[in-house]
Amino acid sequence: MIHNTIGSAGHLLVIIAFVTALLATFAYYKATTATTSLQSPALIQEWKKFARLTFFVHLLAVLGVVFSLYWIIGNHYFEYHYAWKNSSLALPTGYTISSFWQDQEGSFLLWIFWNVVLGSILIFSNRSWEAPVMTIFALVQAFLTSMILGVVIPGLELKIGSTPFLLLKEVMPEMPVWKMDPNFIPKDGNGLNPLLQNYWMVIHPPTLFLGFASTLIPFSFAMAGLWLKKTHDWIRPALPWSLFSALVLGVGILMGAYWAYETLNFGSYWNWDPVENTSFVPWLILVAAIHTMIIARRNATALKTSFILTIATFVLILYSTFMTRSGILGNASVHSFTDLGLSGQLLIYLLTFLFVSVGLLVYRWKGLPSDEDEVSTYSQEFWIFIGATLLCLSGFQILATTSIPVYNKIAEAFGTVLNLALPADQVAHFNKFQLWFFSLIIILTGVGQFFWWKRVGQGKLQALYNPLLLALVISAAVITIEGVQDIRYIVILTASVFAVVANGSILFDIIKGNYNLSGGAITHIGVALMLIGIMFSSAYEQVVSINNSGLMISRSEEFTQNDNKENKENITLWLNKPERMGDYMLTWKDVRIEPRNIPEYISKSWVDLIENDFRAVALRDIVVNDKQYYAKGDTMEIAPENFYYEVEYREPSGRVFHLFPRVQINPRMGGIVSSPDIQRKVDKDLYTYVSMVTNPTAEPVWSQTENFTVNLRDTFFVNDYVAILDNVVRTDEVEGVQLAEGDAAVKAVVRVLDKDQEYVITPSFVIRDRLVARKPEVHDELGLRMQFQEINPQTGQFTFSINTTQRDFIVLKAIEKPLINILWLGTFVLMIGMILATIRRFKEFIKIRNKEARASSPKPKNPKSVVA
Amino acid sequence: MKKIHIFGLVIIAIAIGIIVTTAGDASTYVDFNKAQKMADNGDNESIHVVGKLKKDAQGNILEMEYRPEVDPNFFTFTLVDNNNQARKVIYKSTKPQDFDKSEQVVIIGRMQQDTFVADKILMKCPSKYEEGKLETTEHTAQKS
Repeated sequence: MIHNTIGSAGHLLVIIAFVTALLATFAYYKATTATTSLQSPALIQEWKKFARLTFFVHLLAVLGVVFSLYWIIGNHYFEYHYAWKNSSLALPTGYTISSFWQDQEGSFLLWIFWNVVLGSILIFSNRSWEAPVMTIFALVQAFLTSMILGVVIPGLELKIGSTPFLLLKEVMPEMPVWKMDPNFIPKDGNGLNPLLQNYWMVIHPPTLFLGFASTLIPFSFAMAGLWLKKTHDWIRPALPWSLFSALVLGVGILMGAYWAYETLNFGSYWNWDPVENTSFVPWLILVAAIHTMIIARRNATALKTSFILTIATFVLILYSTFMTRSGILGNASVHSFTDLGLSGQLLIYLLTFLFVSVGLLVYRWKGLPSDEDEVSTYSQEFWIFIGATLLCLSGFQILATTSIPVYNKIAEAFGTVLNLALPADQVAHFNKFQLWFFSLIIILTGVGQFFWWKRVGQGKLQALYNPLLLALVISAAVITIEGVQDIRYIVILTASVFAVVANGSILFDIIKGNYNLSGGAITHIGVALMLIGIMFSSAYEQVVSINNSGLMISRSEEFTQNDNKENKENITLWLNKPERMGDYMLTWKDVRIEPRNIPEYISKSWVDLIENDFRAVALRDIVVNDKQYYAKGDTMEIAPENFYYEVEYREPSGRVFHLFPRVQINPRMGGIVSSPDIQRKVDKDLYTYVSMVTNPTAEPVWSQTENFTVNLRDTFFVNDYVAILDNVVRTDEVEGVQLAEGDAAVKAVVRVLDKDQEYVITPSFVIRDRLVARKPEVHDELGLRMQFQEINPQTGQFTFSINTTQRDFIVLKAIEKPLINILWLGTFVLMIGMILATIRRFKEFIKIRNKEARASSPKPKNPKSVVA
Repeated sequence: MKKIHIFGLVIIAIAIGIIVTTAGDASTYVDFNKAQKMADNGDNESIHVVGKLKKDAQGNILEMEYRPEVDPNFFTFTLVDNNNQARKVIYKSTKPQDFDKSEQVVIIGRMQQDTFVADKILMKCPSKYEEGKLETTEHTAQKS
């Protein structure tokens, strides 16, 4: 049965949400203009009331849309394209949540959802700014809901938005199945991209989108401040939200980075991908904005800059959305969305807010205050301003490069062909600038804090000498011990150490007084630690899996040319054959699968996987850690796409550990995807992934049968190995065959000699109920199947039929990343610092708000009457 | 001149520096002919070439070799660019997953004699259920 109702309801609710957003925009606009033109309080209240009501309906509609889409996915209504494309029956419940925002429409919905949540908080927390701020808010909501509207204007054939509530039939009407059965419903969906089946992918997108959504708040306050000519007042309510936004957006980006490190095999947490860059640039600008906002009350230049940067942050978020969703990145990015035909709409959205905000700012510019005096080089404002400028330059540089695909498009629009491509070596390109920018920025965090807390000033810079000296001593020690030689790394290391020391000394002083004020110093220490961690883990990463075995083989000349410097960073491991890699002895032991209800991976050979299903049948009793989970023949649930390659690492000390790099296979998603496993030590990570495997789900392809007829003790060649028939013995047990009385069984003992190991293969020959049964033996390590074919009593000869196949192998790469834990430590410190700063500014805002509310509320004329 | 003006000029100078460097570092999309000419002129810049795999009438990929059992870090294939020029491409890393399915391949690197040595491969693979829509994946031969 096709569940039409829920989809129609969802679609209707989207339309209601869109209309109410427009209405709320209008009503809040009226409420604002009524206030500015000093109309009667009754009228203002009337408009406000109406506006609130429409926004409330909008909120309910949005929640309804979210619920509808989740209902469709959660109940596996595969007649809907969205559910069919992004989820499947096999998907564990936790990940059905991720299917929700797997596609564009869902992620827009997530954004819309956060906006209504934030909008509601603002309505309740900030009555005095409600009308103008919510005008902007509701307008943004109207644009966002229009993206998922999915309405075609008749006559014009103009499609507005793309709805997630389309039936499969409506999306793919050309499929032949509809002719046979118009009510066809697929049994299962395509499933979620296996890479996204990760706990980080459950929390990373909502966090990132909360970050995106919350940049709207400072923007709205800035717009409202310009509109109402309250050029200074908007800062206080906006600042805590800017900090909140920077915190959430920053955490969101870092979660994405950590996910990439853990899941993708880029071998890195940051790939300078356009999608990453375009979310990082607004964050940089936002952080710059926070710094200018802090000094805006004292300095008019900083105030003006705050306006510009706050507007820029929001516009850059829109730009980022446009880049990732319009398809403009095309072949420049690994993970942009494909074009849904919304590029035009997105461009209108971007340009509208760009022109409205910049226009308003220009219009009001003359009315903004300006500074009487030059700012002194010894003032706090000066240093904070320089820091903010550097942050902006850093952002500008990233943006200038990342926008290269956009230049091509613009040139195309003017009829020329640019054919520009992103720099071939992105890391080198970005480092050329960013390393120096961040070295300076991190030094400024220390210097700036000293000026801010008035520890130094004109004519008394001595206070900085001690931290400087200490930093130099520590850096010199680290440089010597770790053997840092490159001048660039020496610079950034020294700068970061200085920042830790300088901010640390400030922190030491503040924390004695009021820890509430320590946010800034802590955050700066966090950033400095991150820089140190990034420097060591990327500049001093070391490939462990250097392949030297190639020297013996065919392309030896090619292999040794260029001083052995050519890429040979992957090694091939054959099943159960130890191989030396760096200090380790490596052995690929097994392929494992992931059962849902057992805490460990189990060997794939223990079960029989059911094709196109998420279950497997146990081929033996499944016992893990002395506990029996399943008996032979039981069916168990597994993660059908995940295979883990057990690799044993033997250290020189004899200590052994195992890593389980993962390979995911999802034919419907098209392919094999590998993820690393990481051995985490305090001072370094050992990062291992398999870059190539023989498909674990594919049946082996056997060669044509070859028969060997041999005598006892004869030697013969199979699959390039020497084999010896040692013996043929009677046996009472043959696996998988019930022997009754009168049955007879013999098994051959065949020894196969490999380079440094020998294997014994024992195929059996059974006579049962007067019929011959031959049980072949398959040997994975040798890629061999041997069947005991015939016994010739006359000649005393034995015949074996043999098939061979490609031996199983994996290609593996291992990298050591030193001191990466300093990076993660830094991120935690950064988070704590930003949380403290956010809390502090919220407290300040609430205190002032309540004071103002008390001052403006009419005092009771006769206190006694109140008592009475 | 006020301090703020000097400050402004410095910023503008840096911004111009950024733009100039970006323009200089930006790579370009070229065809094999151009790539060959650049290499012959001693231009060692890394460039992008877009093309398709060489296939026979049945759609089988021709002239592609990857033998991990011999050398897992050597992969070679033949790419036909948009002007139907074919060149041998060498990629000194593992064969990218799903390479066989790619509709379009972007190679980044440079010509050396008559072969193209790629440092990086971008592929566009068709998603099975979305006709006409392509996914991009990226692969880099890491340098130690």
